[in-house]
Amino acid sequence: MAETTLTHTSPLDRPQGLRGIAADWASDQRAFKNVSWGKAMMWIFLLSDTFIFGCFLLSYMTARMSTRVPWPNPSEVFALRIGGQEIPLILIAIMTFVLISSSGTMAMAVNFGYRRDRRKTAILMLLTAALGATFVGMQAFEWTKLITEGVRPWGNPWGAAQFGSCFFMITGFHGTHVTIGVIFLIIVARKVWRGDFDTGRPGFFTSRRGRYENVEIMGLYWHFVDLVWVFIFAFFYLW
Amino acid sequence: MAEATANGLGQHALHAAHAQDAAATAAHAEVHQEHPIKLYLVVWAWLFILSTCSYLVDYFGIHGYPRWSLILIFMMLKAGLIVAVFMHMAWERLAMMYAIILPPILVLVFVTMMVFEADYTLLTRIAFFGPGP
Repeated sequence: MAETTLTHTSPLDRPQGLRGIAADWASDQRAFKNVSWGKAMMWIFLLSDTFIFGCFLLSYMTARMSTRVPWPNPSEVFALRIGGQEIPLILIAIMTFVLISSSGTMAMAVNFGYRRDRRKTAILMLLTAALGATFVGMQAFEWTKLITEGVRPWGNPWGAAQFGSCFFMITGFHGTHVTIGVIFLIIVARKVWRGDFDTGRPGFFTSRRGRYENVEIMGLYWHFVDLVWVFIFAFFYLW
Repeated sequence: MAEATANGLGQHALHAAHAQDAAATAAHAEVHQEHPIKLYLVVWAWLFILSTCSYLVDYFGIHGYPRWSLILIFMMLKAGLIVAVFMHMAWERLAMMYAIILPPILVLVFVTMMVFEADYTLLTRIAFFGPGP
């Protein structure tokens, strides 16, 4: 019974549409019919994480809307001088592309995982981790640059004092998520490489056998990190 | 008595349904998400295009409402593509989609509240400290 569910594209023999929602939720048992517990719990964790980032962005909005002092122009703050020319937001744009690329490689890894292609899955996951580490490195560079320019959580040279606290809080929390993701990507990639999901080797922490679905669950987390960046990019850097 | 029988029948029917459920899921146990790689590549390309577009909004210095609406449109399109295809939400059952996607949308109520709150704070700040340095 524990192994009853995996995600499948073929429809269950259950009502569809709104009637399906009512039937699934009212069935007095599990509500997510064809979703394994691991995946459902990852989704629910991501939902709670959405609220955390939602509250950060919301407090940023409130701070920015309620200050009398002009907000520093992110386009100028995050500009880089390349070849004697100020290019606005260029570092952030590159970071965005790096993170999107990592999401792409992760999606490929999930795909090859379900095809039982261990080698390609592990390589793509490690590539994802490398891109994630690149992202964190660029973020460290960005932090260093801003700190040397005098940005502090309690003030900055260009305008509203709340800019620094919002910036460090939001990007710091996101960077932490990316870092944790990189660590877990390496752990799961090692498991795939060693063939743990084929031989049913017990996990070092849970002592339970893993499945290739673990790659997809890992992927959910990673795509979420990318998703959060989409919102941070839009609201903090572009707005 | 009649009620009890009816209940009993209902129970039987339910059990039968459960058994069928279990059988159905067991039969599909080895089935999984497998989509053509081309789909992921197309979405990937679109994410690049949309990111470039939102960057260009800043590069060309578009301001005011066009800027905000363009940013929001590109943001929602990107978020939608990631959640629907990369996170496979498009292939989940509606019960799952609503459980995960509806709560974040309700955060908009919180946003509305904080917009009023921020406006009020700004108003009192201007009233007491003047219109700003």
